[in-house]
Amino acid sequence: MKITIRKSDFDRIYEHALKERPDEACGLVAGIDREDGVREIRKVYLLTNIDHTNEHFSIDPKEHLKAVKDMRAEGLKPLGNWHSHPETPSRPSEEDKRLANDPHATYFILSLAEKDNPVLNAFHVEGEQESRNVRKEELLILGEED
Amino acid sequence: MKITVGGEKKDVTDDITVAALIEQEQVETPQYVTVSVNEEFIKSGTFETHVLKEGDEIEFLYFMGGGAY
Repeated sequence: MKITIRKSDFDRIYEHALKERPDEACGLVAGIDREDGVREIRKVYLLTNIDHTNEHFSIDPKEHLKAVKDMRAEGLKPLGNWHSHPETPSRPSEEDKRLANDPHATYFILSLAEKDNPVLNAFHVEGEQESRNVRKEELLILGEED
Repeated sequence: MKITVGGEKKDVTDDITVAALIEQEQVETPQYVTVSVNEEFIKSGTFETHVLKEGDEIEFLYFMGGGAY
């Protein structure tokens, strides 16, 4: 699946993740699934990691609920989440795979291993918890002119 | 009775439980779903016994978490 996200939303994620370091930062993404098969991210939510560590994240469930209601009010669909890896690459860890419970979600991972060279990737995860399949998606970061 | 599920009004049988609603709504991967009723999250161990009331607002969410390693 091809996924698009605006550069301004990428920047918001990056800035929030930098601010939250050394802890992992996290949030949700919302948008639409277009008829041409492109998943278009139109809004990102910067939420609280209630674990407050550099090794784990759990999105605050009350903020999660509030964000879902906001998406609904704006006519957007919940499309997945994002989180940062402050020190490790942009790929799902074993824990990420184990906890990727929504087969329709896109999971974005922003690596800050090189703080001035952030790497954002998007993944699809499906299958049973013990044997998850991971697929890296095609991600386009759109400039203001796109 | 009338309840709201994921923002949509629904007619359901009186005394329906959360577990029965999950089945009725054909919630995918129900073993991983978390449920809020009137903005309060309920424990998964009580899905079978939690009886819904007229006007309840229910949301099905998936826990979102992970780790770096």
